[in-house]
Amino acid sequence: MYALRVHDLGKRYTLGAQVNAYDTLRDVLASKLPRLRRKPPTNEAGDDMTHIWALRHVSFDVPQGSVLGIIGKNGAGKSTLLKILSRVTEPTEGYAEIRGRVGSLLEVGTGFHPELTGRENIYLNGAILGMRREEIDRKFDEIVEFSEIGRFLDTPVKRYSSGMYVRLAFAVAAHLEPEILVVDEVLAVGDAAFQRKCLGRMSDVAQGGRTVLFVSHNMSAILNLTKEAIVLEKGQIVFRGPTPEAVDYYLSSSMTHSGEKVWAAEEIPARAAPFRPVALRVKDARGRTTDAVRSTEPVTIEIEYALDAPIQGLRVGIYLLSTRGEYVFTSFDTDDQEAFQRWETRPAGRYVSRCTIPADLLNGGRYMVSINASAYNVRRYFQEDNAVAFTVDATGAPGSQWAEARPGLVRPRLDWEIEHEA
Amino acid sequence: MASSSPAEEVTILRPSRGWMDLNLREVWRYRELIYFLTWRDIKVRYKQTFLGAAWAIIQPFFTMVVFTLFFGRLAKVPSDNVPYPIFSYAALLPWQLFSKALSQAGRSLVASRNMITKVYFPRLIIPLATLFGGLVDFVIAFLVLLGMMAYYHVSISARIWTLIPFLLLALVTALGVGLWLSALNVLYRDVGYTLPFLTQFWMFITPIAYSSTLVPPKWRLVYALNPMAGVVDGFRWALLGTPTGPGPALWVSTGVAVLVLISGLYFFRRMERQFADRV
Repeated sequence: MYALRVHDLGKRYTLGAQVNAYDTLRDVLASKLPRLRRKPPTNEAGDDMTHIWALRHVSFDVPQGSVLGIIGKNGAGKSTLLKILSRVTEPTEGYAEIRGRVGSLLEVGTGFHPELTGRENIYLNGAILGMRREEIDRKFDEIVEFSEIGRFLDTPVKRYSSGMYVRLAFAVAAHLEPEILVVDEVLAVGDAAFQRKCLGRMSDVAQGGRTVLFVSHNMSAILNLTKEAIVLEKGQIVFRGPTPEAVDYYLSSSMTHSGEKVWAAEEIPARAAPFRPVALRVKDARGRTTDAVRSTEPVTIEIEYALDAPIQGLRVGIYLLSTRGEYVFTSFDTDDQEAFQRWETRPAGRYVSRCTIPADLLNGGRYMVSINASAYNVRRYFQEDNAVAFTVDATGAPGSQWAEARPGLVRPRLDWEIEHEA
Repeated sequence: MASSSPAEEVTILRPSRGWMDLNLREVWRYRELIYFLTWRDIKVRYKQTFLGAAWAIIQPFFTMVVFTLFFGRLAKVPSDNVPYPIFSYAALLPWQLFSKALSQAGRSLVASRNMITKVYFPRLIIPLATLFGGLVDFVIAFLVLLGMMAYYHVSISARIWTLIPFLLLALVTALGVGLWLSALNVLYRDVGYTLPFLTQFWMFITPIAYSSTLVPPKWRLVYALNPMAGVVDGFRWALLGTPTGPGPALWVSTGVAVLVLISGLYFFRRMERQFADRV
């Protein structure tokens, strides 16, 4: 028996509603007035420009008790799909049939109020997620224990560390016990031990005959937790099959950027302004843009961007990840104390931020570069995950006299000393 | 949500078109959420403010003092042979309940953006919860009124029970208008700017500083198109025995209030599907 059946689902957004966030009456009047005056519309292609399909012609079904992974790049329609299934927003066309209660961990801690204590927030958040009071009473101790907040139960959550906050929020959501659980990227937060606990909880849910939809950028989590996955691309399902194959499909289809990503104007979200990404490049020791480098040579990552207005406290940087989604490192162009002070306010203009990954650091394999431009604790201007991928060839790397695959993301050339005590 | 056997329950999500049914049953199923949200609002309000519950009294009380000074003493506005302070305070009580409910309900959806874009529940819950938060303030301020009645030797008659339907009328009006405004506010933020002006304007067309007996008889029914006029008249009649008891005007007020509520409910439901995308 199926738990979820989706048929020809589509969601269309009006661009104006997304970009401007809201209209004022004046805008509406202004846009209607030309029509009243019976002037020809100024923009002939207007209709096609103002709508985008975030999701279209999506059909699939999920048998009860199975775990389905959903993979796709940012903007591929994953969140839209989950939002429709969790009833936050309505589809524009098609339908979805859902058997039982849907619980979503789309955004844990929704409705948490900083002034209220942990205890109070458990009740509030539980009610928002659709739990009955007696249901919360019954599971209360379990939730508290799972969240590990212990003696801070009666402290306002504004005094919590971010880790405690997330643990508490997840604990409430994880005890909702819906027939269908929708999980989106919640595992990106919390420490490793807690992540393991959450993953454990999810497989418990699945083994209990419930259905789980799991969305993540973390390929190892997808591989661990799901047997089957669908790949979304530009709002459509492009692949469905066993998870390892789906992950391969996803990695090979979306990662061939030939060591360079150039942003077209329409790819840049309006909220990034005044930051405007231009290009992200991977260059080898000879300065050529390439997606294949050698581990024995330095690699240069180059971010080209423009600021349409000065930004205070801006930092531009990269996350380096393995194709399995594990982080290798994070680095920003103002990590250095001196650079941090020198670039406290970055004036408008064009920039290139360039960094060099030294030779003999990375192990052989494929890596992905995510870009981030933000002002710490103030605003994230722009982020694109896995914008560029490159392969590191380990020929000549330390220890390559042995033809063996070396585990580990790094393969540094370390200074070994061998002391012989005769 | 589902109580008995939710596994049997099949939900079909499809685009809705046109006017939808109100689905009040689902709101009923979520009634505990109304309780929790109301409770949160009250708790947070009293936790964060220095004077806490005293605010519920300070506002109507000082408005009453100012009204008494300027309208009662200086302008000598007639007050149906009731001491002016208690005359105005009895009107300020339902008015404050109404105006707070109105402005909070009007902003409620936008203020709850975070929840609306992330979790499903009947959206009607949000403006509803703001409505009940004001009731606690009302009860506190009402205790002061009882004190004032004792001070001015106004005896309590059995008519005091009729306050309940009048209170209900005030809530129905506030909810009806609040639903319209909250839904409109999601689509057009102009509403947020209009709210202070609207409540001020509305206060002047409601008999708070003056008595509705000043309105010429032939205009009474027109005047009663404002349901709050019926509420205030009813409060004064029930508490102070002014000659503003129930009559045809009250039916007009009630009719308007019910009409606004029903149209507000349908309008809200119709707009609801856009909330998550537009808020």
